[in-house]
Amino acid sequence: MSATPSGEIMPAPVYGTGDTVSIFVAFPPGHRRTPNYIKGKTGVIERYCGAFINPEERAYGLAGLPKRHLYRVRFNQTDIWDDYDGSAIDTLDIEIYEHWLRS
Amino acid sequence: MSENDEHDHDHGHHEDGSPLNYADDSRHDFSETDHYPLLVEAIRQLLIEKEIVKARDVQERLDFMDSRGVEHGARIVVKAWTDPDYKARLMAEGTAAVKELGIPMEDLELLVVENTAEIHNLIVCTLCSCYPRAILGLPPDWYKSKTYRSRAVNEPRSVMREFGTIIPDNITVRVHDSNADMRYLVLPERPAGTQDWSEQHLTELITRDCLVGITVPAIS
Repeated sequence: MSATPSGEIMPAPVYGTGDTVSIFVAFPPGHRRTPNYIKGKTGVIERYCGAFINPEERAYGLAGLPKRHLYRVRFNQTDIWDDYDGSAIDTLDIEIYEHWLRS
Repeated sequence: MSENDEHDHDHGHHEDGSPLNYADDSRHDFSETDHYPLLVEAIRQLLIEKEIVKARDVQERLDFMDSRGVEHGARIVVKAWTDPDYKARLMAEGTAAVKELGIPMEDLELLVVENTAEIHNLIVCTLCSCYPRAILGLPPDWYKSKTYRSRAVNEPRSVMREFGTIIPDNITVRVHDSNADMRYLVLPERPAGTQDWSEQHLTELITRDCLVGITVPAIS
């Protein structure tokens, strides 16, 4: 458990570097930071970035607290796109908040 | 922009394979009397009228934003190229290492990604146009265009080729979608044959585009 600057307590990060994760498939209305192209895809945690004010709530004037854990997740491009025409060794890194991740 | 100009614009893929004009879709139809520019101006005037900010504060902020440019990014790269200890600090904690050079970083979380003999990095923000403005200034129009934002993740090698950058298939192209709280700077490879170059000479090699990864430093 760690304290945020506002004094709120939040749970420790669930995932660590190297963990395999899938991106939750959902299409809630409003401001979301997980783009559609990555939903349902499986990748590996590249690193933990820290805890940040939740922009999906902040966009509506809410405090966005407690902060949300943010990770960078690495994907093989050929796992994202059926028609990927680059090299098989190409990858993509993207930042995903913990509430969009599934084991 | 005249009507004729608008009709000259061509959207989507060119069938003959010629490069797309990435400036098109962000410049298209922009006018100071559009909804958003008017909204911004109305808010600015209200904030000043209600004495929440002073007109001078707004102008100083605009001047500050205009004062930032690629020269900051170039200084960082040359320092990393010429000082291995600095490079190690830059790769480990980007924001702190940039502050060392006296460059204001505000709350920016900077992540530096290094081009090597095995990996070439390319930056895009698919959701909007997140960009490390503190060290590169304002993003170019192509970076904000829907064309770039959608194609850079899906066909990065084709997009780079249109900018004249050809990455061999045995080098990994790693795209970074800058969609949340981190900002990215590409640390290009120092070109071969520049061992004896002065810092000033090296600085001239570094363009905005190579710090986003769409090109690489070229010795002309």
